Amino acid sequence: MSVTQEAMQALMDKPSFWQRLKLTDWIWAALVLVGTAYAYLLYSQAMDIYEQGFLIASAPALIALGWNWRAVQPLSLLITAFSLLGIWLYSGNIANAEAVFGLKYLFSSQSAIMWMSALFVIATVFYFGGLIANNEFIAKTASTLTWSAVIMGFTGLMVRWYESYLVDPEFGHIPVSNLYEVFILFCLITGILYLYYEGRYRSRALGGFALLVISAAVAFLLWYSFERGAHEIRPLVPALKSYWMKIHVPANFVGYGAFALAAMTSSAYLIKYYYSHPSRLVAILVPSFIFLSLFTWIFARTAFGKTPFEGSLISLGLNSAGIAFAVTLLLTALGVLLMLPSTQKTLPSLEMLDDITYKAIALGFAFFTIATILGAMWAAEAWGGYWSWDPKETWALIVWLNYAAWLHFRFSKGWRGTQMAWWAVIGLFITLFAFLGVNMFLSGLHSYGEL
Amino acid sequence: MKISRPTSTRLLDFLGSMNLAIALLVIVAIASAIGTVLKQNQPYPDYEIKFGKFWFEFFGSLGLYDLYAAVWFLLILGFLLLSTTICVIRNTPGIMRELRHFREKAQEKSLRAMHHSLNFTTTQPVEQIQALSQQTLKHEGFRFRTHQENGTSIVAAMKGGANKWGYWLTHIGMIVIFIGGLLDSKLPTMFGEWVGTIKPETRNIPASEVPPISQLGVNNFSYRGSVDIPEGRTANIIFLPIREGYLVQRLPYEIEVKDFRVEHYSTGQPKSFESDIVIHDPDLKEPFAHTISVNHPLIYKGTAIYQANFGDGGSEVQLQLNPLTKQYAQQTLTGNISQDYNLSSSTEKYRLELDNFRLFNINPVKNDKGEEEQKNIGPSVIFRLRNAAGEAIEYSNYMNPVIIEGRMYLISGVRKSPADPERFLHIPADQKGSAELFLTFLSALQDDEFVRTTAITTTRNSMGAIQNQQVDSATVENQIVESMVRLTQLFATKGFDGIMSDIEARFPEDQRAQVSEAFTKVLQASLRGVYLDVLKQHGITEPKDTDWLFFDDSLNAISNLPFYGSPWYIQLKTFKQIEASGLQITRSPGQDVVYLGCIMLTIGVFLLFYVAQRRIWVMVKPLESGENEVIVAGGTNRNPHDFDKYFQRLGLAFQTVLTVRGD
Repeated sequence: MSVTQEAMQALMDKPSFWQRLKLTDWIWAALVLVGTAYAYLLYSQAMDIYEQGFLIASAPALIALGWNWRAVQPLSLLITAFSLLGIWLYSGNIANAEAVFGLKYLFSSQSAIMWMSALFVIATVFYFGGLIANNEFIAKTASTLTWSAVIMGFTGLMVRWYESYLVDPEFGHIPVSNLYEVFILFCLITGILYLYYEGRYRSRALGGFALLVISAAVAFLLWYSFERGAHEIRPLVPALKSYWMKIHVPANFVGYGAFALAAMTSSAYLIKYYYSHPSRLVAILVPSFIFLSLFTWIFARTAFGKTPFEGSLISLGLNSAGIAFAVTLLLTALGVLLMLPSTQKTLPSLEMLDDITYKAIALGFAFFTIATILGAMWAAEAWGGYWSWDPKETWALIVWLNYAAWLHFRFSKGWRGTQMAWWAVIGLFITLFAFLGVNMFLSGLHSYGEL
Repeated sequence: MKISRPTSTRLLDFLGSMNLAIALLVIVAIASAIGTVLKQNQPYPDYEIKFGKFWFEFFGSLGLYDLYAAVWFLLILGFLLLSTTICVIRNTPGIMRELRHFREKAQEKSLRAMHHSLNFTTTQPVEQIQALSQQTLKHEGFRFRTHQENGTSIVAAMKGGANKWGYWLTHIGMIVIFIGGLLDSKLPTMFGEWVGTIKPETRNIPASEVPPISQLGVNNFSYRGSVDIPEGRTANIIFLPIREGYLVQRLPYEIEVKDFRVEHYSTGQPKSFESDIVIHDPDLKEPFAHTISVNHPLIYKGTAIYQANFGDGGSEVQLQLNPLTKQYAQQTLTGNISQDYNLSSSTEKYRLELDNFRLFNINPVKNDKGEEEQKNIGPSVIFRLRNAAGEAIEYSNYMNPVIIEGRMYLISGVRKSPADPERFLHIPADQKGSAELFLTFLSALQDDEFVRTTAITTTRNSMGAIQNQQVDSATVENQIVESMVRLTQLFATKGFDGIMSDIEARFPEDQRAQVSEAFTKVLQASLRGVYLDVLKQHGITEPKDTDWLFFDDSLNAISNLPFYGSPWYIQLKTFKQIEASGLQITRSPGQDVVYLGCIMLTIGVFLLFYVAQRRIWVMVKPLESGENEVIVAGGTNRNPHDFDKYFQRLGLAFQTVLTVRGD
């Protein structure tokens, strides 16, 4: 080998993956292993062979994730610490949720989830503030708030898992079993996916967009909790008592979260595009707002139409038309602010927005494929057939077909730009129907989250 | 000159085209959505009620009630399969070329025009540059070819061919899934129906009487059906629902259900459903026992046996028929659920159809504070009473008294048709929790002699107070007693409404209010009198508040009796529950094929998204000056963002090494 070859390799060779690992990476990995081993020793008797498998496999998966994305390391440590603190504060008595300060105001699942909700909403405002004012400090604060929301949310879920056993050992189950719990999961996964892209693309400009959809989910979550008491821990119906739930549901929500993120980056794309093509703006704006206000109205009607308006504080002064009007007004105001030149300057390039949209849809599609397959396998075990054309299954197929078509257009026809962005936005509504509408409007075997 | 292509090629092009594939994807999506909005495979009469005759038939002719098995829907799926297959066949040669060809004959011009392209000059000799490129690219995981032409030499390299495998795996995976689904589909049955060898049975008859044309043999390739087996019984068939009828599928073994259990959480919600079953099979040395539950099926002989639901398996109930009118006698009846019984001792003929027995009934009940809470109110029997004209009324009678706002009632739900909301008759229960006191009171009210005796006493007691008024007391007394008897009888048979219509029939409108008031007083006095006498018979001489509440509740109940429609209050006395386990049994040989396709699809998706096919060319071109020009170009089909950085680094490395050291 010649000297030039050595020089060339010296220039090309980045340190290998293993060489790049720092001491902290190894310490963290060791902690994950110790934690997993401890959990295994403690709980393996209560788990079936598959669940033991998931627990064991979760350790290398988490380590791989943390080594590739270092932010996961402190995140997981904080979540673990807070969760353990919460569990310790309970000291085996569910009544402590109201009695102990640390639980009542911080770490009981309900409080932690309220913190998550508040932090996400505030972070949304800060992200948009940072974007519109073109202020890095505000945007950084928003990032911190989002990280905190994710920590509190995951802590809430972990503590809730423990609480479900405290309420009654027979009730105990992983908190991904009903609409309330999966909405929290949706907020968290969407949030964490966004944070990943924020780090990777070194841009905080899209935070407001991503968190807007999370804030909408938070609004639903709060309504669902206050108005319908959905946060109560209830036992599982026999059909859900299966290890499949532990993998099927989270895989599904990586899909939903990624699709939601894609829709929001596409919204940013469209805003940026129409800013430079103002003549087309009006033609687009009118129908979109009509659609949006109609959609909100229908949604609010479904939610609030059934309950009397007087009574609880939340429903006071809320009625469907009022909500639709307020939301539309808010979004219009936001739209106007986003059309300011300073905002436009901060927004990433169209190519980058397009790229993130594609990446999110690809990730979502991959996970949604896995989730649907896992669902089919579970169905084969619980209902006697891997495919029953149950409404939820069918809508999952529709969502899958929709994004399959999107990806075909992009790969084979090379389509880019506004039409694909619009399609990604519309995709969110199809996804939303599969996720929520099916439970609200259609009945079937997946009837675990009725409104 | 334009060469027109043959029709077959054009057809093939069309079938394999992306536009068709995407159009089909969209059509499948829309059709599937319709199937979710219109609930599938409901009883046909329900559809007819919902849509009316015309639309019911119209939708039926489109096959919308079993859309996913409709011929047109299967045809679309078939086209999608065909389109995907043609797409794979047509694209495969191109992809093979793509995988094999390094494009080492790339033109200088096209390399320079590439998005990723850079060039520089160096004094290094050609051989050295070539060796360097080859070693570097090899080290970077590329495969390469070299080519020389007119003095220029080129190293063409590529990697990430797995991306193309992603294309094959995803598309062939989908084809495999389709084929697996096809293996498990109803197509053979549909074909049998079409040629007339299979005909679904629509009558509600025992399985043993189903004609052979509606039966399928044990060798049927795939099926999915269900059967309810009562505890202690055996079955070797299942029912396959087909539109408004069913087929009987023979099983290669017999299943005996030993026991069916529902376990409950502390809240009363069901925690698990499980059945102890025994498989009897001549192929087995001895029968083997197994317990199945939801999410834990038994796989046996290529079939899977699932716990799907449960129901009543013919529980034995002892019923007491308490007459609500004098003309009928009390009787008891012992029967089994899902059997019919003739009720004789009456002037009218009734048929009692025992429909169901429920051990648990979790219903909202108002507690002492008036708040609703979910409570198990105990066993109930559900039956229909059919009169000679064939009209039936459905009842659901609860065995135990229910405490509502501190008072005990025996509850009977009634509805004339399944579409109606259920209405409830609340019969006040006495301290023993039985209907005895109420029934005694009712029969006393219907006993004219008893009422008359009481009426005379009541009238005399109150007349005593006005004795001194020197009226023709005997006549007045007689009048009052007679109207008491008449009104009481009217009330006991027709309720308050009967009295109102009596007034309406006999008095002009302007007097009605006055008469009604007078009648109410008279009736009230008579009813109270009868009630007090009945209480006395039961040893209560000084009625308390609770007794008067009981009185009010009794009047309420009696007043509602005319709408009740049954000449008896049928009370569930004892029962022996026999449950039936609802089993779903499937044979789906396509399942493993589908899973294979799923694995291919999953691997394919990841290869397609996360492996990028990259190409790099290094061209060396001697210049007249004696130096060499190096052109480095590259391309990728995924993730251009990462490739940008990679290409920059690679280009810079080449440039640095070849120029700086070029002394």
